Amino acid sequence: MLAYIIRRMAQSILVLFVVGLVAFSMFRFVGDPIDNMLGQERTQADIERLREQLGLDQPFVVQYWRFLEQAVQGNFGLSYRQGRPVADILIERLPATLELAVVSGLMALVGGIALGIFTAIWRRGVSANVIMTLSLVGVSLPTFLIGILLIYLFSVELGWLPSFGRGEVTDLGGWTTGFLTESGLKALILPAFTLGLYQMTLIMRLVRTEMLEVLRMDYIRFARARGIREKSINFRHALKNTLVPVITITGLQLGSIIAFAIITETVFQWPGVGLLFINAIQFVDIPVMAAYLMLISVMFVGINLIVDMLYFVIDPRLRVDRTQGGH
Amino acid sequence: MTDTPVLSVRDLVVEIPTRHGVLRPVDHVSYDIRAGEILGVVGESGAGKSMGGNAVIGLLDRPARIVAGEVLLSGQPIHDLTGDAIRRLRGKKMGMIFQDPLTSLNPLLTIGEQLTETILEHLDVGQTEARKRAIAALEEVGIPAAAQRINSYPHEFSGGMRQRVVIALALCAEPDLVIADEPTTALDVSVQAQIVALLKRLCRDRGVAVMLVTHDMGVIAEAADRVAVMYAGRLAELGPVREVLTNARHPYTAGLMASTPLASQGRKRLRQIPGAMPRLGALPSGCAFHPRCEFAQDQCRAEPGPTLDRCDGRAACWFPLTTDQKVSA
Repeated sequence: MLAYIIRRMAQSILVLFVVGLVAFSMFRFVGDPIDNMLGQERTQADIERLREQLGLDQPFVVQYWRFLEQAVQGNFGLSYRQGRPVADILIERLPATLELAVVSGLMALVGGIALGIFTAIWRRGVSANVIMTLSLVGVSLPTFLIGILLIYLFSVELGWLPSFGRGEVTDLGGWTTGFLTESGLKALILPAFTLGLYQMTLIMRLVRTEMLEVLRMDYIRFARARGIREKSINFRHALKNTLVPVITITGLQLGSIIAFAIITETVFQWPGVGLLFINAIQFVDIPVMAAYLMLISVMFVGINLIVDMLYFVIDPRLRVDRTQGGH
Repeated sequence: MTDTPVLSVRDLVVEIPTRHGVLRPVDHVSYDIRAGEILGVVGESGAGKSMGGNAVIGLLDRPARIVAGEVLLSGQPIHDLTGDAIRRLRGKKMGMIFQDPLTSLNPLLTIGEQLTETILEHLDVGQTEARKRAIAALEEVGIPAAAQRINSYPHEFSGGMRQRVVIALALCAEPDLVIADEPTTALDVSVQAQIVALLKRLCRDRGVAVMLVTHDMGVIAEAADRVAVMYAGRLAELGPVREVLTNARHPYTAGLMASTPLASQGRKRLRQIPGAMPRLGALPSGCAFHPRCEFAQDQCRAEPGPTLDRCDGRAACWFPLTTDQKVSA
């Protein structure tokens, strides 16, 4: 198992190198940064001096190495627009996005698995069919449309929930949280639901399909033939087997919740890294964009790594195969 | 042992409604199994062997259902039980062994978990006692070092060992009846004999009634006390295994025997029965076997074969074979 983990980590690092290359290339493809930094009144000498000072006269590989060196230490340079270290700006914005992602991820996971089991066990029931039909809405409507519809209904017409922002936040030593105030929690409901709905319906449909598949297996039949209770068959025998493939998809989906947050954060003007990224694109704020890219890829890779390790916890067959090489 | 058979199936009819009409995979089948007896049920694929077993234990897949007849377990009717009532009997009063030991065990639970779960469900014992009994059950079916192996997962056992675990699972709550649905089909030939011997021993030691469903005449000859031959959903012949194997009365059984390489029969060239078993949706008129039967007469073409209780109780045939005919065949 240890060898497997080490191999997966090595792969993860390789992925991050490649992403870093893409992020770094952005600087070069979007024009000469010297142009942006020096004003109209510049001489060739100024340009040469700054170029040397910034190390831009070095070969590409050396520059890339320096970029990585700095990135690993959390230094992504200064934002073109705000003139502050990019890392500071990201750290400031990160809590908002993480809180949103965690809440909607939990909603998607808990709701999706529960509804999936429900619709699989009572697949002929009326409510299961209603849920299945409604889930098509979640799968097919684009996120921004759902967000706008929710704002129209709950903010404009009913006036129950705020339509934008995070509400009142509390600062806990650099981590701003909306969990502690009523307005913060209220502001979280609509964006979290919007962001999580698609993932929830996806997980639900996946769990349902897998569960139906598993319920047809011989060992379920054998468990029935031994007089095991339906409850135990569904939740002990079937659910565990259902979760193995579900974990893969779910892990990737949780990663994309953070990525999808761009749209939701834009619709709800949620002050997180997604909104920061959209604004950065509008102002061609390359350092911010590059840092965002690296941040998201670190999260994706990290989640994938965790998912791979979860397999070991759930599926005993993997535990032997990998380490002892036997079958 | 009392006179009441452990399992008594009376005129059982199982039907499957389909778009093209109603199919009858089990058609007026009757047999008894007594304690300590092994009844072999043989037939080709689709003859209704497994369907009969599933009907007894109440695990017919929809839309198949019992439409007539009765199933008595120790004299008590169980064919109309549903839900919790039948569930309580499964495992406790009747166990089932499936064909493929590779897929019969839940891959994510240790065999100990699966055993104790079954024991706790049916017997009034605590966790420690259940574990003790689980180890005993594994020892009984010949799993070496049972006390250590109990924490293993199914994939850590070989196919034959897994089938032993499956048998231990089916028997751990001490049922009176075991339905073994092709228990040796998925195994190596060398392992098959061990599993058959194990079933035989458990049946004798515990006085369990066993319904051994198989298409393997060798397994029947080896293990069964009596044999029921099925053809197109009906019972063709029923009798003591030696009698039926050496002196078949139904032309189908005779044909089946002539096409089976049994060691006792020497090195005669094997014969085959012409044609194939009809599909359930396209049964011929009269006796279902008549198109393939070399002895068929007008009555066979016109009237369905007699059920066993309406003839000599041995072969469901209008013109059962005599010894002379058998030799000529």
